[in-house]
Formats: sequence, C-alpha cells, structure tokens
Amino acid sequence: MKSWSPYVVGAGIGVLSWFTFASAGHPLGVSTSFENTAALTERAVAPQVAQNNPYFAEKAAEGKPPKINWQWMLVLGIFGGAWLSARLGNDRTPQSVPPLWRWRFGENVGKRFAAAFAGGALMMFGARLAQGCTSGHGISGTLQLALSSWIFVVGLFASGAVMAFLLFGKEGRSHV
Amino acid sequence: MFDLPLNLVLGLLSGIAFGILLQKGRVAKYHVIVGQFLLKDWTVLKVMLTAVAVGAIGVWAMIGMGMATLSIQPAAFGGVLVGAVLFGCGMAIFGYCPGTGVAACGEGRRDAMVGVVGMLGGALLYVAAFPTLQGLITGWGDAGKVTLPQLTGMSPWLYVIAIGVIALLVRVFAERPRPAAP
Repeated sequence: MKSWSPYVVGAGIGVLSWFTFASAGHPLGVSTSFENTAALTERAVAPQVAQNNPYFAEKAAEGKPPKINWQWMLVLGIFGGAWLSARLGNDRTPQSVPPLWRWRFGENVGKRFAAAFAGGALMMFGARLAQGCTSGHGISGTLQLALSSWIFVVGLFASGAVMAFLLFGKEGRSHV
Repeated sequence: MFDLPLNLVLGLLSGIAFGILLQKGRVAKYHVIVGQFLLKDWTVLKVMLTAVAVGAIGVWAMIGMGMATLSIQPAAFGGVLVGAVLFGCGMAIFGYCPGTGVAACGEGRRDAMVGVVGMLGGALLYVAAFPTLQGLITGWGDAGKVTLPQLTGMSPWLYVIAIGVIALLVRVFAERPRPAAP
C-alpha cells in the first residue's frame, strides 16, 4: 500500500514517542541535529571563528556540547526509513518542481531550487530561535503540554497559512 | 564527538520507524504540506493531533510512574514567537518541515534535497549569530520550562483527556460519510 490513514500514522507516531521516552529518555525532534552539525562544521572549518564564539562554552556548560548523538541518528534513520518505504511502496517521486509550484511560478528548476534553499534556511533559523520544529515543538512539546510548544504551533500555522495564501492565493486551493 | 553506541543504535531504529510513518502518512509530499496551509488538505493536522493525543497518554503515564521525565523547551517569548513566524513562512515556501523534508529526500524529491542544504545554512547562521541573538530570544521575557498544567494549577490528565476527546471528535466528524455533490 502506498499510504496509510493519517490516524493510523498519527497513532504510530504517538506510540513511537512512548518508545523513545522509555528507551532513550528522548522526545522525537529533528532540528537540534542541524544545529549540532552546523556547530561541528564551524569548529572543523573555521576553528578560529569557533574559538571566539561563546556558543560552544555555553552549550558545554548546559551539558549539551554538539555531537553525533541519539537525535542525529534519528534524522539519518528518517531518511533511511522514508527511502525504504518509498521503494517498497513504489512511491518514489524524483521531481524537482512540484505541480502546484509549476502552476504558479513556472517550470524553472533554478527558481524552485532557490526558493527551496531560502525557505529551508529561513525555516531552520526560526526553528533554532524557538528551540524546536514541527517534531520537537509540534508533536513532542505539545504532548508534554509545554507552554512554549503550544505558542509555537499556533504561530507556525498562522504564519504558514498567511504565507501560503500570499504565494498561491485562493485559486491555489484548486491546484493542490 | 560521538554519543554511546547503544544510544546511536536506538536513535537510528526510532528514526527508521519515524521515516516509514512520515512517508506512509503522505506528509513528505509538497502538495500535502502546502495544502494544509491553504486549508484544503487536513492530513498534517490529523497526523499531528492523533500523534499528540496518543503520545500524551503513554508519556504522562510514564511520567506519573517515574519512568520518564519532562523534556521541554523554555517559553522564551521572543525566540518562540519570532521563531514560529519565520518557521511558518519558511515552511510554506519550502513546502516541507525539517523532519518531513529529510523524509522527502528519501522519497527522491530533488527540491527537498536542496532545501535540506538550505536548512544547514540556516543552522550555520544561527550558530554564527548566537551571541547577538540572545537579546531577541529572551528580551520579551522568559517563563522558563513551564507546562500548561503548572501554569493553570490543573491536573495534566485534564488536558490529556481533553486532547483525546478532541482527536476522537475530529476523527468522527472529518471522516463522516457525506452525500455526493450534485
């Protein structure tokens, strides 16, 4: 089967979060790993710059120095699991320009890639400011009833909807 | 540089399960994510709400039995609010979130691969600007790692039950049989 009911998938993610809490004491989360990778990269590529960045001392003091840890492997696993699932389910989509984007902005691959790069960068910068993403705040934080996470999901869906309507307009709805 | 091997293996296994679920849930697809923001395709919210409702029961039970501890982020209002707005805008442009973007790479989507590199760029910017960002993050106040039950003085189970009821109602009403359009 190509896809499962969203309720089955949601329940599966819920049970998976029981497992991650019980087995490793970690909530599901993704974006901290990108921060860790960025920090490790800065230290490897520009050690002089890293030395003058209070980031490293502060994270060490918090007991969270950047490293390849549980969550980093989780992100690697997401790629592997999705690859496997798409392969076995015959649901690979090696496309560069999604149809909705093509309807609104045309076939230009460079334009779509530039938007994807900028959008990804903006999104991750926001995730690190807020200390979480759709997984860490949106699922793990809200299920733990964290104030920060409930503020985050409301803000994210509100601003995402405004931006999507600015980009695609009402008419875009019939092209989804 | 590396965590304990057992932790790494547990993380990888959990990630593979997460990746399969995201792919099968259709949330690693551009039109499903943007469709949610355009209030047309409600898959994303259905997945998230069910995950939160089911997850909360087990996690709060484990917390109650002392088998798990809370792992949440502080409510630093500037960081959370500005972060959420930038995140939502970026996600609507990119068409994937961080986890589903990585899953979309596994699905073979080229634009997601470019966006994941962009995500690394955004993280680099954050680490580089870390000292200057602190004022923005905590400047509007910081309520700390506080939960809604703590804030309101109510039992967490009231919230857990309420979320469960809402999820069940959504399941029943969103999927009720509808008369065919004329």
